[in-house]
Amino acid sequence: MEVIARGEGPLFSDPDPDKLRAFFRQKSRALTNKVTTVEDAVRRFAQDGDYLAIGGFGANRIPTAVCHELVRQGRHNMIFAGHTSTHDFQILAAGEVFDRCDNAYIIGLEARGLSPNARRYMESGKVRMAEWTNYGLALRLKAAAMGVPFLPGRNMLGTDTFRKSAAIAARDPFTGKIVTLFPALSPDVAAIHVHEADVYGNCRLRGISIADLELARAAKRLIITCERLVPTEVIRAEPTLTVIPYYLVDAVCEVPYGAYPGVMPGEYFSDEEHLRLWLKTEEDPVAFGRFFDDLVRKTKDFQEYLDRCGGVRRIQQLRAQELLLDAGQAR
Amino acid sequence: MTTYSTMEMMIVAAARELEDGKSVAVGTGAPCAAAMLAQKTHAPNLVIFFEAGGVAPILPQMPISVGDSRTTWRAVMASGMADIMETCQRGMVDYCFLGGAQIDPYGNLNSTSIGDWQKPKVRFPGSGGANDFASFAWKVMVITPQDARRFVPKVDFITTPGYLDGPGARERAGLPEGGGPHRVITNMAVLGFDPATRRMRVESVHRGRTLAEVQQNCGFELPAAPQVGETPPPTPEELEILRTQVDPLRYIIGR
Repeated sequence: MEVIARGEGPLFSDPDPDKLRAFFRQKSRALTNKVTTVEDAVRRFAQDGDYLAIGGFGANRIPTAVCHELVRQGRHNMIFAGHTSTHDFQILAAGEVFDRCDNAYIIGLEARGLSPNARRYMESGKVRMAEWTNYGLALRLKAAAMGVPFLPGRNMLGTDTFRKSAAIAARDPFTGKIVTLFPALSPDVAAIHVHEADVYGNCRLRGISIADLELARAAKRLIITCERLVPTEVIRAEPTLTVIPYYLVDAVCEVPYGAYPGVMPGEYFSDEEHLRLWLKTEEDPVAFGRFFDDLVRKTKDFQEYLDRCGGVRRIQQLRAQELLLDAGQAR
Repeated sequence: MTTYSTMEMMIVAAARELEDGKSVAVGTGAPCAAAMLAQKTHAPNLVIFFEAGGVAPILPQMPISVGDSRTTWRAVMASGMADIMETCQRGMVDYCFLGGAQIDPYGNLNSTSIGDWQKPKVRFPGSGGANDFASFAWKVMVITPQDARRFVPKVDFITTPGYLDGPGARERAGLPEGGGPHRVITNMAVLGFDPATRRMRVESVHRGRTLAEVQQNCGFELPAAPQVGETPPPTPEELEILRTQVDPLRYIIGR
């Protein structure tokens, strides 16, 4: 294929599909009980320097407990997939967990505004970056999930986003048209929050899947947090509903309300007051340092964090909001 | 005489651009309000897509995230990002709505950074899905306030393609044929693009503004289209629907 242009950005991961096959060749296919704590899962499966990806969409179905635990255990020098990231990015930037980032959507919280602290971190010059797009990173994960070295797309061409990426523009040998080649991205470790899982890691989820089905298949190691564990018989009674099979999964952690303060489809809505408080507090770095220490670094686990944010009572209000019940504000 | 805010004018002007039976990819905020208003007025068969996977929801209220559960409320499908973007890439999405910190005469948008990219003066979120939508949708719409700092001769960083550097540039770069910016709806005017030069021009001016004012609040030369009229103001019916059904909590129109 004739190469037309090369992005000058760094490629933080190796797209070689034979190395990926060699890795997956030795990955266990055994049906073993993988239930553990988030503390243990992060200790065993997420190492300093790893390429990290977080499932969900910023403040929707995110594995909040894993993001917190990465900070608590002081993970650093990681590479982050800044794909549709919002509150997850806020947590990981505050903990300075990563020092390299593939940027697609970072530092913003969509309609809520920009994160002052994450912005300071990204403006500091401490983070090495490449630019991508949300679809571009989804395609990169899809390529790894397919076991191919790259996939073509027709986006990013002609822009500075392309120039600062590690993509290649090449001439398609079939049609003569120019396409962007997106190198496969296989994160070393990923975490995804789902509605239900069995002890082996077979997962079900409701609502949009974002890029999680690709991510689950692309990642070398996968930590699942779930709202609730279900018996394997439930999975086997209706296999159509399984979206992530157990052999991709390394750890299963039951974390009720684990997407808080984000949305969990059909379960609870995002805690907009809490997210506003977070953004407001970030304006003052000193005050935010204390806030972050109290809520994340010094809490024992996710349940303690949730208790500090109003606990199950707050979740009940958010459940009413999610289900559009009139009880929303009443309790 | 009916009174209305500038934001209401922008939403109404955007909604009117959306034809019935077409499809639109929207984000949160004003674009979502415009799509909802269009659906409740002249375009009941408008198909709304959200980039994270929501397809054709009947929106009960304004989503706060393009991935929150409102985006699949009574939807026909809860899908994923690759599927939505590939639906655009296949040519099935007619419109998309974008914004940015800077826009240039060719409709190129910057939502990445101001100043040096590696150590920026100001960092913004980056492309998100904007570059993808602007590459794939048939008609790109921008909703943005207008001033000379935002409308610049050259953006610091082309996050998202407009017409790049002029006629034919998109196709030469390899982008799909026939796409590009269509309308830029500001607090002062509706702007379009000259088909010959692909440069921005004034199509209509909102009531209470003058053409000179529109041209002054722009960092580059902004010619008038051959026939520049007044943007028709919102009708009482449009305002009623916008205020009572689209945004009763005034998330957007209260800004």
